[in-house]
Amino acid sequence: MSGILKSLIEILGDRGVSNSPEELWFYSRDPGVLAPHLPDYVVAPETTEQVQKVVQLANRERIPIVPMGNGMALTGLVIPLKGGIVMDMKRMNKILEVNEKARYVVVEGGTSQGVLKAYLQDHYPRLRHSLPDAPPVTTIAANVALHGQGRLTQQYGFNSDMVTGLEVVLPTGDICKIGSPSLGPYWFSKGPTLPDLSGLFLGWLGTTGIFTKVGLKLYPNKKFRDVELFVTDRVELVSEILYKLTHLEMLEDINVWFQPKPFMFKDNFHITIYFTGDTEEEIEFKRKMIWDAVQEFIDTKDGGFMGLQFMKERLLEMPQRGVADFADVPKGGGFEYSGPITLVEHFPQYAAKVIELAAKYNVLYASSARIISGGHSMMFSISFAFNRKDPAMMNRVKNALDEATGFALEMGGIPWKPNFMEQKMTMQKMDPNTLKLLQMVKRNLDPRGIMNPGNWEVS
Amino acid sequence: MHALKFDENVCAACPSADCLLKCQYMVFNKNEAHEEMMKVVKGQNSRVLQECVTCYACEEYCKRGNHPFYLISERREEKGIYTAPRPITNQWINMTQMQGKSMVGKIKDKALSSCLIPALGGLGSGEIFKDVASAMVFGAEFMCPAVHTHFAKMSVIKERLPIVIENFNQLGVKEVICLHDECYGTYTSIASAYGMNVPFQPIYYMDFLLDRLKELRNKIKPLNIKAAYQRPCSNRLIPDKHPLVKKILDFIGVELPDRKYQDENCLCCADILRSVSGYRLANDIQQRNIEDMLKTGAKYCVFNCPACQSTLSEKVAKKGLTPIHIIDLCKMAIGEKEREVQ
Repeated sequence: MSGILKSLIEILGDRGVSNSPEELWFYSRDPGVLAPHLPDYVVAPETTEQVQKVVQLANRERIPIVPMGNGMALTGLVIPLKGGIVMDMKRMNKILEVNEKARYVVVEGGTSQGVLKAYLQDHYPRLRHSLPDAPPVTTIAANVALHGQGRLTQQYGFNSDMVTGLEVVLPTGDICKIGSPSLGPYWFSKGPTLPDLSGLFLGWLGTTGIFTKVGLKLYPNKKFRDVELFVTDRVELVSEILYKLTHLEMLEDINVWFQPKPFMFKDNFHITIYFTGDTEEEIEFKRKMIWDAVQEFIDTKDGGFMGLQFMKERLLEMPQRGVADFADVPKGGGFEYSGPITLVEHFPQYAAKVIELAAKYNVLYASSARIISGGHSMMFSISFAFNRKDPAMMNRVKNALDEATGFALEMGGIPWKPNFMEQKMTMQKMDPNTLKLLQMVKRNLDPRGIMNPGNWEVS
Repeated sequence: MHALKFDENVCAACPSADCLLKCQYMVFNKNEAHEEMMKVVKGQNSRVLQECVTCYACEEYCKRGNHPFYLISERREEKGIYTAPRPITNQWINMTQMQGKSMVGKIKDKALSSCLIPALGGLGSGEIFKDVASAMVFGAEFMCPAVHTHFAKMSVIKERLPIVIENFNQLGVKEVICLHDECYGTYTSIASAYGMNVPFQPIYYMDFLLDRLKELRNKIKPLNIKAAYQRPCSNRLIPDKHPLVKKILDFIGVELPDRKYQDENCLCCADILRSVSGYRLANDIQQRNIEDMLKTGAKYCVFNCPACQSTLSEKVAKKGLTPIHIIDLCKMAIGEKEREVQ
């Protein structure tokens, strides 16, 4: 037995460590198109102290360490590009505190979206969090670490904007509290009025520290939730329609999507509009406001509302399982997307690019955009499906996604949860002084370069 | 391509102008009604081409068989007038496109058509349909394209209907039992209006239902309930079949109290009207309709069309009415289906 393995077992016990080939196989990959790479060890801590000790060991021995939630980002962010230790956080899944009146929750770093959703339903039915349209096993910490979005992003911004405090194990092994918990027992603010240090960790994709606790804002959970689906065949009208809808300031969520299959969706752009209320009167009032907001497009016959009888139930699911349905159209159940954050007014150019790339690389597309923070920006997902048994198709998808990222950067967009290649493309485009600052932060926090190496690596 | 058989002289000599005079959505006096219809007939601009909400009712109001609604739809298409928003219109055309994905049961001389409506598959089952359930056909290849009249896309009907008829013909069936009024209306009213030969006998499902109930009369336990009936737009294409509803409900002990919006004066479910004429009109129609149902003291809202049922079920249920399809009501009467909890 190696010395490292022995040390890890001493920290975590037998059941918290593995280097068996079958487990390393699983932890070498994610569901996307990037090539796998084997780690040397997998660990599953149960306490912050265990995380700290493993990080101290890794730092001392200069062993790469990759923190992992559920590994569903699809862009290879938890593939151990340089081997080392994958730290699976899922055993740290406790909900530590809910402050009902201040509407925040504190969870451990491996707590899943599904666990929090169920807990709130059972114990705090008047509260909810911004649930992403991802499998319920994905984790809250990973979601905020990569600036994820969720059901409340249209109203309140990125899910990372909803963080109210962090406990982070730094690459040196120090345990650091960020925001109001650094001063007292309350987790109500990640920064203001202090210098906002959460920016040293949020968006860094696990390259500057490991989240062991996350404070997260909760929001009112209304009694009723409803949906309308507006469609147009004129892509150039989409941003104007969205402008009118976001002006209402009363919508829960807005998604815009288009896809060539099934036929009923062909050639149209679909705007799914979610709204909530505590009474039926409130719901009907909001529905009326929504109709009125887009009446001019109905009058010109350029847009209209779809009847939803057969789709409503699926659309109201949280999370929405249908998001990945199209992955199985070419059979083999794979899909990956590039999701740049960009201006809503650029929707037509992005839409044209998706269709162009799908034709060029002979792959099936489905695209969806989520409006962020009342229309300040959107996440535009450029998704392609592939058959996992078809390496040539997977390669075509990879090339299409690389080209999509290049396009997004040319358009002034920001790649979302970029893979290591896209990070390099982003850093090449970045202002040199910004890049220098990025490098300074990274080197100071992680002087030995052990945290998720290969990612946000400034050469 | 088939053309609408329409006699201008019939309209010119019409003594009533009922087609527009009785319209529930446009207001005319008798002279105006006649004049506007004649404008439509002559291919001139008429407010009818802009304002018609596509409720199909004028097909019933015209007792002279001259198909005013099909003509309005033809004229709209000729002039490039969209009834609903263009993307909605095209969506319907796309979603009903034939893709070679139809399902065909064990067919001998009869087929049971569930059109392109999955809900009909479940309805056409059990003791009542035991001899024909296995002969179910489903899919766009067997879908009556009548819905496109709502969108003034008669060209789609003229293109697709002969193919659908031929698809049935290829099955070698003598009879097609239509579980949807729109199908029966298509193979009788529309096909006839466009001079299309239908080489099989379309059977209206309520005729079939009544015959079967008579055969199963020993199993029937009268339900002794009061119900309001939601008549669908497509029943306007086959008004001679409307009396079957009362006969069937009488047979199973369901009382149908009189109400304002019944028979010729019925209101549609407003699903398509929502797309064509907007939220306010659809809301108004639905509210008036449901309030009228409630005034009768009915406990059930009986549907004929799955689309109406899907549109109104939640709304009537919130008001205390139990939504149910007439086939399920018959199944309840023969003890095959549990009485719905109210």
